[in-house]
Amino acid sequence: MSYITKSPWIIHYDGSSCNGCDIEVLACLTPLYDLERFGIVNTGNPKHADVFLVTGGINAQSEAVVKNTYEQMPDPKVVVAVGICACTGGVFRECYNIIGGVDKVIPVDVYVPGCAARPESIIDGVVRALGILEEKRAKMAEKGGK
Amino acid sequence: MSNRIVVPFGPQHPVLPEPIHLDLVLEDERVVEAIPTIGYVHRGLEKLVEKRDYKDYVLIAERICGICSFTHSVTYCNAIEHIMGVEVPPRAQFIRTIWMEYSRMHSHLLWLGLAADAMGFENLFMNAWRLREEILDDMEATTGGRVIQGTCKVGGIRRDIGDDKLGEMVDHLKKIRPLLEESNRIFTHDQTVRHRMRGLSVLSEKDAWDLGAVGPVARGSGCDMDVRSSGYSAYGELGFKPVTFSHGDCLDRCLVRSEEVLASVDLVERAVAKMPDGPIEEKVTGNPEGECFAFSEQPRGECLHYVRANGKKNIVRHRVRTPTFTNVPPLVKLLEGIELADVPVVVLTIDPCIGCCDR
Amino acid sequence: MIEQKHTIIEIEVADLLKKTEEYHKAGHRLVQIGTTPLGDRYEINYTFTTAWDFESLRITVHDGDELPSISGIYWGAFIYENEINDLFGIPVNGMNIDFKGHLIETRIPTPFKNPPKITKVPKGGDA
Repeated sequence: MSYITKSPWIIHYDGSSCNGCDIEVLACLTPLYDLERFGIVNTGNPKHADVFLVTGGINAQSEAVVKNTYEQMPDPKVVVAVGICACTGGVFRECYNIIGGVDKVIPVDVYVPGCAARPESIIDGVVRALGILEEKRAKMAEKGGK
Repeated sequence: MSNRIVVPFGPQHPVLPEPIHLDLVLEDERVVEAIPTIGYVHRGLEKLVEKRDYKDYVLIAERICGICSFTHSVTYCNAIEHIMGVEVPPRAQFIRTIWMEYSRMHSHLLWLGLAADAMGFENLFMNAWRLREEILDDMEATTGGRVIQGTCKVGGIRRDIGDDKLGEMVDHLKKIRPLLEESNRIFTHDQTVRHRMRGLSVLSEKDAWDLGAVGPVARGSGCDMDVRSSGYSAYGELGFKPVTFSHGDCLDRCLVRSEEVLASVDLVERAVAKMPDGPIEEKVTGNPEGECFAFSEQPRGECLHYVRANGKKNIVRHRVRTPTFTNVPPLVKLLEGIELADVPVVVLTIDPCIGCCDR
Repeated sequence: MIEQKHTIIEIEVADLLKKTEEYHKAGHRLVQIGTTPLGDRYEINYTFTTAWDFESLRITVHDGDELPSISGIYWGAFIYENEINDLFGIPVNGMNIDFKGHLIETRIPTPFKNPPKITKVPKGGDA
């Protein structure tokens, strides 16, 4: 597990989810699943964060907030779309206020399906995201070195 | 000296798992006025009735909110069943009631944890969520889903709970009851909790009633208002008594919820003891025609589903008035006159469920 | 199994404030205001209660009509009235807190507004 060289911090934003995935993201951080044992901390500040978890599809009002939060995060950064709504819009894809999945607004690295996504699959998604984060970091170091 | 400044609170804020925005007008440290903006989670799902038929729509109604999910689907089904004159078998009513009470327990424990987190009591937060997982285990074992169940359908329920399993559930609840009582004792007696919450933003009984507060917010102020008293589903046969407190401050709104967890444990035990035998669903054919206002008591308060149908497969209108939506005006009043540092705690005491509120 | 009684009383828009005032004096609380778009008209239900016997005042309005605000009587009514304004495009006059269409922001304005009447397209045209 060489990629855990720095404790990755995550930031979570609810695009337009029904709460189901939100509370499962929070459940990941509590005693039964305990993501914090990997050094993962849930932060409220985008400038501290490496991993961006978005739950729910993107709607008219959350579009700007998601973009803004993403831009505030320092490079390298990864985005995890949690739940089927965040992947494609899910059952709400036909609602008038839904633009679609998170990838309509910002680039997404890992898609976690499920309604609601289970804590196990969220953890799996975050761990995969960490692998991608490490690759991105290596690429950045390469570019910086030349 | 009056130096007014406006501080934006949210939508992305560390204590809020969900987005709500408040413009707080401050005079030094005191909040003079709070103006809420909602709609960050607005999907417009009420309009989906045009695209889904009334039976499929149960699954959409369930996804209004991932915490009160099961109660939403039951309320919607109650409305449709009332219009169509469907008699739901008693066993289905009892099992629905059990699952509704499990939703309430997991929702209240979730909230108690978040409240503890908002006042900086990390240990209590983790403890409440640990207990919540115990509740979710039984929920998952019986429905297959942790937060979204999908087991309610028009005319009954999709799966039965065997009598052995019902017995196991009661045993499990008996085991965790002392842990819940211990957690309640902390909320009632701990110095940190009392210091942060006692006497903070008091809502009088008259104000609560006039502003239309519902659920634990109203009951914390002494209003005896709980739709379960009206005896929908199986509540009429279980001898239900609402939990009320009288101070109307943050601590009492908190204690209402912690006491209700224990009340729910009792209700589940009584429901299992009285569980009737029989089928779990009534076959439903045809389409609904008519209208119905169905009320239910969600973890956050009184919820209304209004259904209007005209005899076609797709109903004409589904309107949901969720408890959080109607608790916004009381919240605006509660925030007036408190200190900025207390805002997160006060916002949390109405248990804002933005998924419900915005729909 | 619905155990709550619900009475619907149809009234004129002009009587709304007077009737609401009566409910307020009798100690009812405002349960909700809900709108139903019905193609050519809207029904608006104002629900009041003291216990579990609900009563709804029902008014019927059309596109272009305006509503008086009851927020002078029930302070908390602004949330429902702003919702009516934002989602249905029915203006409400005299709200105590007026969000001016920004309580719920939507991608398309007033999504629940009745669709405009389809005027018949003459035959033989380009379309």
